[in-house]
Amino acid sequence: MIEFQHVSKTYHTGTVAVSDFSLVVPSHHITVLVGSSGSGKTTLLRMVNRMVEPTSGAVLIDQETVAAKNAVALRRSIGYVMQQGGLLPHRTVVDNVATVPVLNGVARRTARRDAMSLLERVGLDPSLGKRYPGELSGGQQQRVGVARALAADPNILLMDEPFGAVDPIVRRELQDELLRLQADLGKTILFVTHDIDEAFRLADEVVVLRERALVAQQGVAAEILAAPADDFVRTFVGADQAGRVLSTRMVSGRAVAVDGTGRVVGVLE
Amino acid sequence: MTYLKGALAWLVDPAHWGGAGGIWVRLGQHLLTTALVVGVAALISLPVGIIVGHTRRGSSAVGAIAGAARAVPTLGLLTLFALALGIGLTGPVMALVVLAIPSALAGAYAGIQAVDPAIGEAARAMGMSEARIVWQVEIPLGAPVIIGGIRAATLQVVATATLAAYVADNGLGRYLFIGLKTRDYAQMLAGALLVIALALILEAVLAALQRVVRTHVTAPGTARRTQTHT
Repeated sequence: MIEFQHVSKTYHTGTVAVSDFSLVVPSHHITVLVGSSGSGKTTLLRMVNRMVEPTSGAVLIDQETVAAKNAVALRRSIGYVMQQGGLLPHRTVVDNVATVPVLNGVARRTARRDAMSLLERVGLDPSLGKRYPGELSGGQQQRVGVARALAADPNILLMDEPFGAVDPIVRRELQDELLRLQADLGKTILFVTHDIDEAFRLADEVVVLRERALVAQQGVAAEILAAPADDFVRTFVGADQAGRVLSTRMVSGRAVAVDGTGRVVGVLE
Repeated sequence: MTYLKGALAWLVDPAHWGGAGGIWVRLGQHLLTTALVVGVAALISLPVGIIVGHTRRGSSAVGAIAGAARAVPTLGLLTLFALALGIGLTGPVMALVVLAIPSALAGAYAGIQAVDPAIGEAARAMGMSEARIVWQVEIPLGAPVIIGGIRAATLQVVATATLAAYVADNGLGRYLFIGLKTRDYAQMLAGALLVIALALILEAVLAALQRVVRTHVTAPGTARRTQTHT
């Protein structure tokens, strides 16, 4: 369990990135922080592994404040996936995946063998292990990024817009892959995105953020869509958009779902 | 043309190659002096440049120092050191180190600083210590530019090391100063040709090293990538 207790972050330039944010991120679930740029969502994520130190307040993992932990050791115990993979371009895919285990003192050969099976786990051909990140497609690189984050078998996975730089079709595949992995692994995942559809697809719980990480609404996707807390959330999730307002029409004795523009989107059973 | 013919004749004379003041010995001295100077300059510049590049602090100071040092006239500095330290190699070596530092420093700083900050951030988030980030990420990725700085410094030093002979019995510069004094212009030109040849060889060697580091350390797999895509 990750707990944010009244955290704030003010940069020395005077910019307030986060203002008095509190949240409990339950274990073994996917919690998605969603907001536009400037909402401080990435800042919050980076407080968990001490890439950013809060100006006030505390972040706790399993009741222990992260500020008391050694930052390097803490980071090795938490998986981190970032946008565009953040892979080391001068190391092979398999060595990238093996990075954290090797840092933790696992023998290189063992770490590489484990890395190979992790590649398979995230849906990559192990033969790609010998390649360099630059030789892979964007989607493949993201899969490697996920494999790398899982390599030391952390309880917590932090994902910072991990699928933001790939095309929509690949993004969809990666989201499915993540859900499939999560069904097996049951990690505590804190996921950051600006894409509300991605948030709704992945999240057990969605936290919609305004500027300065003020919580606009928190809940499961259905609740947020059904009852947006205010106009901000309503606009952000697009509750009024034609694509979200569906109605049914009877055709040949069956109920056909139609969106706000009159376009048929599916059939009800 | 007569000078050039004379210089070539001087060069092919086997008598000029052997012995204590022979070409081989002078060439060796010149190389050793260059290596010593570049070594000392690298020892000073690389850590400073790498730390500044890594922390991204003090870059304006580095720029100012490098710029100012570049503007120092080497012959003047050499005379100053020679007057203070007397005849011998110490003065020229120190003057040449001052000459070599700006290029080496700028290369080290630029090489590290040019590494995509996102890669360093990712390494940090992975749980690499700052020292590891420098050694295992930033130096390998910045290596070609760092070596480029050393290469530029070497080129300047190998050419300017001729001045060491002004105050010390050392290096290929002796042929220039002796030739000048005795009006033996063939010998003088021969000395100059030797310095040029040495500079070109060092340049080729360091360029090759840079290439090897680039394709094997910094961006391995790029050669293969170009092959598969064409």
